[in-house]
Amino acid sequence: MVQLSSIDTNSQIDSDLVLMQETVPGGAYWSGVIKRGNTLRITDLEGSRGVSMLCYNADNAIERFNAADTAKIQFNAFLKQGMVIYTDMGRILFSITQDTSGCHDLLGGCSNAISNAKKYGEGDWKNSRDNFLKALTRSGLSKKDIMPNLNLFTRIAVKPDGTMEFREGCEKPGSFIDLRAEMNVLTIISNCPHILHPGSIYDPKPIQIQIVKSPAPAPDDLCRTANPEAVRGFINTDALFVQ
Amino acid sequence: MTATTQQLLDPKTAIYNEVLPATYPWARVIKKGQILRIVDLGGNQAVDFLVYNADDPSERYSAPDTIVNQGNIFVTTNSQLISNEGRAMMTIIADSCGRHDTSGGACSCESNSVRFGLDKKYQHACVENFLAAILPYGLGKRDLVSNINFFMNVPVSEDGTLEIVDGISDPGSTVDLRAEMNALVAISNCPQMNNPCNAYNPTPIQLIVWDAV
Repeated sequence: MVQLSSIDTNSQIDSDLVLMQETVPGGAYWSGVIKRGNTLRITDLEGSRGVSMLCYNADNAIERFNAADTAKIQFNAFLKQGMVIYTDMGRILFSITQDTSGCHDLLGGCSNAISNAKKYGEGDWKNSRDNFLKALTRSGLSKKDIMPNLNLFTRIAVKPDGTMEFREGCEKPGSFIDLRAEMNVLTIISNCPHILHPGSIYDPKPIQIQIVKSPAPAPDDLCRTANPEAVRGFINTDALFVQ
Repeated sequence: MTATTQQLLDPKTAIYNEVLPATYPWARVIKKGQILRIVDLGGNQAVDFLVYNADDPSERYSAPDTIVNQGNIFVTTNSQLISNEGRAMMTIIADSCGRHDTSGGACSCESNSVRFGLDKKYQHACVENFLAAILPYGLGKRDLVSNINFFMNVPVSEDGTLEIVDGISDPGSTVDLRAEMNALVAISNCPQMNNPCNAYNPTPIQLIVWDAV
């Protein structure tokens, strides 16, 4: 195991299965490739203000996360256990095999320099859009590759008239989400407060990233059998790896 | 939601006035100050819509920046379409329908295969149209982002449930957009016939452009 930093999280993973572990401070970003079959666990260590995330097919990054398809195909705009994360090409990046948070947003997008200045005043507050750009550039990608992103550990409620409302009180220190990679996934994480988080003090909390060796999905795997759409999504995805 | 009507613009004074057949793509630069009217001729037709800064297409429509800016997932009169640089690209100055979808995105061959059956991959889809529309401008797949669906109704409930339901636009519904920069507009007059987004029956739309007043 590559122990880049150590923190105790009660995460109940057999330490032999943990391939990599790292703590990402508030305001920082992380990127890495999660190989097909391994699981990315992201743990909210101290009550997150939101974690913004982008993901791509690591073998062909022109295929990428699609928020609209992910919501539309599963008839839900919040991510939770049993759901999957779709690319823009009818395939699956991640399965959500466990989730103890239940608060993940597909609508709100990410913070930027202007939104941070409005909330926190003048200052060099790290924001997700700039974090995304720096991480993408390291992978040979650029501004054109920024799509609407997903946000972990936050809930945006939508009223019948379409009004968006940040739901406070969703922070649960110690909660985590397990994302099993269904293809090789280039993952970019920006640990900055959600753009709609109402706090006026910039105080993002650390998160933990673990890459975990996970067992092959069983025939009755929750995500693979969730609905006919998921079954077809996995047929499309598995076809990438037939040879 | 704010449904309004715009009586001031006379199609006789337009510089462009064409009918776009059902399922077809379209693209045109709408210069700063010009007004584009989209007419839902048959009613309940989903009009998939993207916009780029014509002078620097790496600046493009951003769905989350647009909805966060106005605090609402639907666009209607007075909504500004915000770019990934945080700037207003177009403003909806009139809207006889009342709400338009920002969250459903476009149909693609691939998403159709997942949603409706693997054999549906070979059907024509909005992504096909968008690619055909933007290719002549030197743009490609990396330039496709989540789009607006004019005249399409995708309510999201408080528990996140999202439905694509029958539209709320009648035959003749219109939306008027004023360009706030030189704007490359790409439209797919959605070919989708597998779900109610256009009542299982794609129909033509009319596109009218007026010069700045």
